[in-house]
Order: sequence, then structure tokens, then C-alpha cells
Amino acid sequence: MYDILVIGGGVVGGMILRELSRFNAKICLLEKESDVAMGASRANSGISHAGFDAKEGSLKAKFNVLGASMMPKVTEELGVKYKNNGSIVVGFNDEDMETLQGLYERGLKNGVKGLKIIDQQELRTLEPNISDDAVGALFATTAGIVCPYELAIASIGNAMDNGAELKLNFEVDKIETGEYFTVTSKDGQVVKAKYIVNSAGIYSDKIAGLIGDNSFKIGARKGEYILLDKESGNFVNHTLFFCPTKKGKGILVSQTVDNNIILGPTATEQDDKDDVTTTADGLNDVIASANKLCKKVPVFNSITSFAGLRAYSDRHDFIIEKSALNDKFYNVAGIESPGLTSAPAIGDFIANEVAKDLNLNKKDNFNPTRKADYFFKNLTNEEKNAVIKKIPEYGKIVCRCESITLGEILRAIRENPKATTVDGIKRRTRAGMGRCQGGFCQPVIVSVLAKELGIPYEQVTKSGKGSEINVGRTK
Amino acid sequence: MKNYDLVVVGGGPAGMAAAVAAFDAGVKNILIIERDTKLGGVLNQCVHNGFGLTRFKENLAGPEYAEKFSDEVEKRDIDVMLSTMVLEVGADKTVTAMNSEYGVFTLKPMAIILAMGCRERSKGALNIAGARSAGIYSAGTAQRYVNIEGYLPGKNVVILGSGDIGLIMARRMTLEGAKVHAVCEIMPFSSGLKRNIVQCLDDFGIPLYLNHTIVDIQGKERVTGVTIAEVNPVDKKPIKGTEIHFDCDTVLFSVGLIPENELTKNAGIPMSPRTKGAIVNQYRETDVEGIFACGNVLHVHDLVDFASEEAEIAGRSAYEYISGKLNKEKTVNLINGANIGYVLPQKITVPSGDVKVFFRVTNVFKNVTFKVKDGDEVVISKKKLTVAPGEMETIVLKSDLLSANKSGNITIELEAQND
Repeated sequence: MYDILVIGGGVVGGMILRELSRFNAKICLLEKESDVAMGASRANSGISHAGFDAKEGSLKAKFNVLGASMMPKVTEELGVKYKNNGSIVVGFNDEDMETLQGLYERGLKNGVKGLKIIDQQELRTLEPNISDDAVGALFATTAGIVCPYELAIASIGNAMDNGAELKLNFEVDKIETGEYFTVTSKDGQVVKAKYIVNSAGIYSDKIAGLIGDNSFKIGARKGEYILLDKESGNFVNHTLFFCPTKKGKGILVSQTVDNNIILGPTATEQDDKDDVTTTADGLNDVIASANKLCKKVPVFNSITSFAGLRAYSDRHDFIIEKSALNDKFYNVAGIESPGLTSAPAIGDFIANEVAKDLNLNKKDNFNPTRKADYFFKNLTNEEKNAVIKKIPEYGKIVCRCESITLGEILRAIRENPKATTVDGIKRRTRAGMGRCQGGFCQPVIVSVLAKELGIPYEQVTKSGKGSEINVGRTK
Repeated sequence: MKNYDLVVVGGGPAGMAAAVAAFDAGVKNILIIERDTKLGGVLNQCVHNGFGLTRFKENLAGPEYAEKFSDEVEKRDIDVMLSTMVLEVGADKTVTAMNSEYGVFTLKPMAIILAMGCRERSKGALNIAGARSAGIYSAGTAQRYVNIEGYLPGKNVVILGSGDIGLIMARRMTLEGAKVHAVCEIMPFSSGLKRNIVQCLDDFGIPLYLNHTIVDIQGKERVTGVTIAEVNPVDKKPIKGTEIHFDCDTVLFSVGLIPENELTKNAGIPMSPRTKGAIVNQYRETDVEGIFACGNVLHVHDLVDFASEEAEIAGRSAYEYISGKLNKEKTVNLINGANIGYVLPQKITVPSGDVKVFFRVTNVFKNVTFKVKDGDEVVISKKKLTVAPGEMETIVLKSDLLSANKSGNITIELEAQND
């Protein structure tokens, strides 16, 4: 019997799990996929928003501003890359500049610091590649960039290091209520718990529906992206947005924490909650919009394109509340943008609410830090040599594009939450995320995985069952 | 660590040939740094034959060709460091590398030869719409799975790009029992060698769709199909209504090779946007004195035989440089004129001997005339029946012609009617 089950291993579920792991309680995360961070946390813009977008008084505004202020410390503790690069909302005409003035004032009301309206000249100094048509901008100095899947993985890993459990490939199919919850997976596994937090992303309405709570609907909005090689990594320095419209923040051009440039996302609402394919129209739209924002975007340097689905609710604000049907069932749903930024604050809020309800005490020995060696390549030569002397595998580069060593790959397989797939290693180490997109290192990673997991080579998957990389032996 | 006179970065065919030639010329302290666990580079996975026809008049498999050179390296007192990655090359002729045994270390040789080879352009560079499921590989990755690891990456295959690796893999996958449904090529001609079109596609009845590209890839966990379409030959945009669908579990990409020049660029060595390699003179010396480049890191060769030949020039020149014998009084620039994609070397220093110049044409042409010009004056004129971008052309510029150069430039151009 668990005290608390968290359903959904994205960045929101991850931060909730991590904050819950501060308390003396038996907790477990249920994730339907073969790895954590497989939904919206896998493919989004990776922006820590300043907090001027959301309407004052909304949950989005509250958690965004709070989350943004927590982000530097949380990422430092968890060993996740974060950069306070600042964001710029670009105006192209008088109407835009009025909108920006409105955003500026809303930002002040939301408690955002470091906002200022800048003129064309200052904009061009900050961003030499900005479109000639841009006339001014809103500059938000507190905004930043963070890697969304890394934050999800690290928060879950940290929670596990502090005693939390993780069940992968556990697709919740049935929830029986009563004195406690009995949760059954599609393949018949059963777990029991006193309390449930539903953070199941685009499927959170379905999960709530399992206890009869149909108070909200979640839709899926596809966002397509193009990623540019780090050779173009300084094409822009900040995160550049158009003025927001009813459809959202629109297509952005931003640096990423790994010094790539990200272009996107599109925003297409769709019924299929599994379809993450890119489309010719979507990618063309990304390129066209990016070229409106900036001059001569180096699209020729693109290394990959991908799509993700963001959850949005019919209430147009975050849903962070106890179910009206069951006061031991928390819904954390509709966490669309600025969800990544809000995640640390949501985690903190939910954990404290649940702890109050269940009368939980804090652990004496909670360890808030997770030492990542994602930074191996950034160490000094002396530091590297010290690591290699202890663990020689760190001297062997496997992914040449991103300079990722065998030591890092082994660690990704051995450390919580353990990578079991090629994509899982990619998200944890960046091996295969460079310009050759795994062309050289994938066969090596497959053999390391096979050996470490003790499975035949041909059973190694890209991303879980059905995605085996090889179909059998040669003749 | 020992002090080396010459460090060769890369132990593939170019690196090995360069080291051997440098040793034989007289360089005594040579180190080859290779990132893989053995010498040979990509040849180790090229188990098909066709190597060495020009050089050895023998029809060798890739590993056999590599062994000829690794044997030569072994016979000589040339040091080899395997499983070692060069992290940085400095314009001050420093080489910083890392391995498990020594950690990170820096060498300061008198000369450096860059021979890092090339990599495949990935699917990601093309922004092709559709799924990112398992079953999508570059042709070279598939080649490694089949030939080195001994596993088959798929059974029903569509290949995009008719470069040589794509063609070779069409045959290889077929021999392993897979069905190759189509090879698509966005251009109106294949960039692969003619003999490979015949031996790898025609002989196995594999259709080649010229002017076609992939417009969609389907599948969730694993690829289930692709849709190809004809493109407008001018803007390369797919033409609506020409779509053909194939059920398949695998898509291979053979869409070009890119010289792997991250080290070169980081060293601040001037690059040619045309070859995507360093700008070099006839000694294969870059604009940084004492740093040479050869093989596929300099420009992508059709045949390894030519890469070896070029590497030997770099190796011998490294010796000349180390012993202070590279005499450079005047520089003549080589320029690619009409219908010529690139020329190599891009400059020739005079005095020189005869210089063999390599160049590629931009399109398929028939009944052509190559013209070599000193300024406006035609100094060589040479006819040829057919030319194609996939086949490297050469022309020898005689020593006296180079010394007599007046304009400071030599332009190579092609006169032809488009095919």
C-alpha cells in the first residue's frame, strides 16, 4: 500500500514526486511509457517564462511567477542546465507596441521584475539578426531556458534517490475507490494507495474519468519544431517571440541550453493524442514564421525536426484542485504553457497540500541534490583527468558530435531513473542529439545497452516495445 | 609523453597512407591518432569489392584495402594510438586528445595532417515530414549493423538518395533477404558511380526513381510505410498527384557526405564553402603553415584509391615542411569557372612541379570541352564525351605553364550543351 501515487511521469509529475519525496511517505510514480518524460516534456520549447503572459489572478500567473523564481535553485540542485538568457517579445507595428505595453503592465501586476520596453535600436544591438521590420520589443530579463526532459528525468531521479518508486509501462486502466484506491494497469498489475495525484498530461481527463470525474476535457495541440546545429548556436542570444495572439505565443526563435537554435512550435489542435508526426505544412510554417522574426534564419543548418503534443483544458487555465468527487484525488491538469516554468511551484504546492492532508512529516535525511555528469565536457582538463583516472570509461568518447563518453552512457543506464532504450540514453546524455543524429554512435549504444541490460542485441529498442532497432541476425 | 614531429589525426585510408608516405620521405617520429578500436576507418565496414582497382590493379574488399595500408604502418616505426579522440587542434600546431589510458593530453608536433574523413548527411538535415519511429537510418549506419554487428535493421526497405552508399546498401540488404522497393533520387541523375547503378540496382531489378523524394514517413513505434512523390526539377518541390506509397519497415538515407571538419574550423583554418574542406595548396597544406589535410576531410572522393594518392602528397609535403624545403615564392589561385563545382587544390605555389588538379562538374553534360585559362587566355583545351558530378575529373597543369602564369589566376571551365 502506497501513501501516494502520482500518475504521469512528465515534468509536472516529476516535480510533484520530487517534492513529495521530502516527506516520510511511501510514494510511487506510474508511467505508461517505457521511460519518463515521453509526453509534452519530451518535445517543447524549453522556456522558463518571465510571467507577463498569463492573466492576473489566474493560476497560470501565480505558478509561473513563482516557478520562474524557483527555477535557478531547482536546476542547480538537480544538475539540470538552465540559462537566464532573457526573452524578447518583438513588435512590428503600432498595434503590437500597444499590446507590448499591455503585457508590460500585466507583468508588473503579476509581480514580474526586470521588464522593459526597448526601441528598435536597442533591439538591434541585442539581436543583430532581428528582422528589419521589427520596431521595438518587450525585454524580460528574468526569462530563461531550461531543458524540459532533463528537468523531468532529474526530478524523478532525485525523488527515487530519496526513496520514491517508479513503475514504467504501467498504463492505468481502472481505478477503484473506497477506503483506499486500487489501481489496475492494462496488463493486470495492481497497486493500492491512499491518495492519488493525477498529472497525466493529455490523458489526465481520461484518468479523472476513471473515478467518474468528468469535470474537464483535455485537448491535444501539436507543436512542430526545427532544431539547428550548434554551429548556428549564436544566431540569436535571447528567446524571441511574436506578440501573443488568441492561439498562444506563436512561433519562437531561441537558443537552447545546449547551444542549438530551436524554431517553433506550430499550434494545431488534433483529436489523435498519439500522433507526433511532423507535417510538410507545419515545417514550412515554422520556417516562414522564423524568417519573419529574424533575417536569413540558417535553416540549411537544421539537424532534426520533431513534434510534441501540449495538453490544454476547456477551462483555459491550469486545473490544480481536488476532485469534487473524491477529496483524496488531486487533479493537476491542463498544464499548458507556462507549465514547464510552473512545474517547480506546482510540485511544491501539491506536495505541501497532500502532506497536510495525510499529516506527513519531513524526512531528516532528504538529499536535494543530484550530481549530473552531463557537464563532463565542460570540466577542466585536470577535472576530467581526475574522473578518468577513477572511471576510465570517461576517457572513451562514444558520441563524437556532442563529445559524450562511455562513462556518461553507463551512468545513464545505471542511475535513477534508469535508461533502457536508445532514446532514453539520448535524453539523459545527449548522445545521438548532434549533427549526425546518432549515425555513428547508435550501433555502439545498442551494444552497450544489450550488455548492460543482459538482453540480445536485436531486442534493444529505440523507444520501447515495437521499436526494435534490428529485426534479426544476418544470414 | 613522447614528442612527435608529425601527428596524423585519423587512422582511416588517408591517415595511414599519409603516415606511411611521411615516414618513407624521412619523418621519423610519427603518431596516428584513431578514435575507433582499429585502423581502417569506414573501410572496415565496406565488405563489398571494387577497392584498389586503380592503385593495385586488384579488386579488393574494403577491409583488404585497409589491411594493405595497416600492414605498411605496422612494418614501420609509426606509433598508433587507438580509441583516442582528438578534442582540439590549435593553429599553433597543438593537438589535444583524450583516451582512457592517458586522460586528456596535449601534443605539440612540428606538423599535423588532418585526415578525419567525412560523415553522412542525416535525415534531420532534410526536414522530411512524418514519423521519427524506429526503422530510419542513414545508409552507413545500416551498413555497420549488417557488416560489423551482424544484424539486419529491416526487411522491407525504401532508400532515399542514390549516392554510392545507398546503392551499395540496396544490394547488401537484398543479399541479406530484404526487399528493396525503391531508390529515390531528388536530382535528375544519380550522384553514385555508374558501375554501382548497374551492379547494385539494375542487376537486382531495383527501381531507381529519379526526380523523386520522400514526402511522408508513416508509423508509430516502427516505420510502416513511406510516400514518395515526383519533384519539379527546378524548385525541387513535390508535385501533387504523383505520390506513390510503399509499405515498408525501413527507410535508409544516402543523401550526401560532409567532410568532418569541426576540428579544422575550431582551429580557425580557412575553409572552402564548395568542398566543405580546408582551402589548400598543391601540397595539401592549409592556410595555416604546417597543418595539412587529405582524404575525405578535404573533399569527398569517389574512390579510396584517390584518397590514398592525395594522402601521400600530404605525407611527403609534411616531410618537406618539417625539413624546411617547402619553397613558396608566388601563389596562383585556381578558380572554378562555368559549370565547375569545385577545383582542388584551390591554390598553387610556384615554383612547383607538374600539378594534378581535381575538379567536379555541376551537372550531367555531353560533348564537352574543358578550358584552362590564364586570365582570359585559353592555355589548355580538352574534349570529353560525357561528364557527371558523381565522377571526379582531373587535369595536369605543367610546371612551365604554372611558372609562366601572368594573371595570378587559373580558371577551369566547361563548355557544353546541357544533357
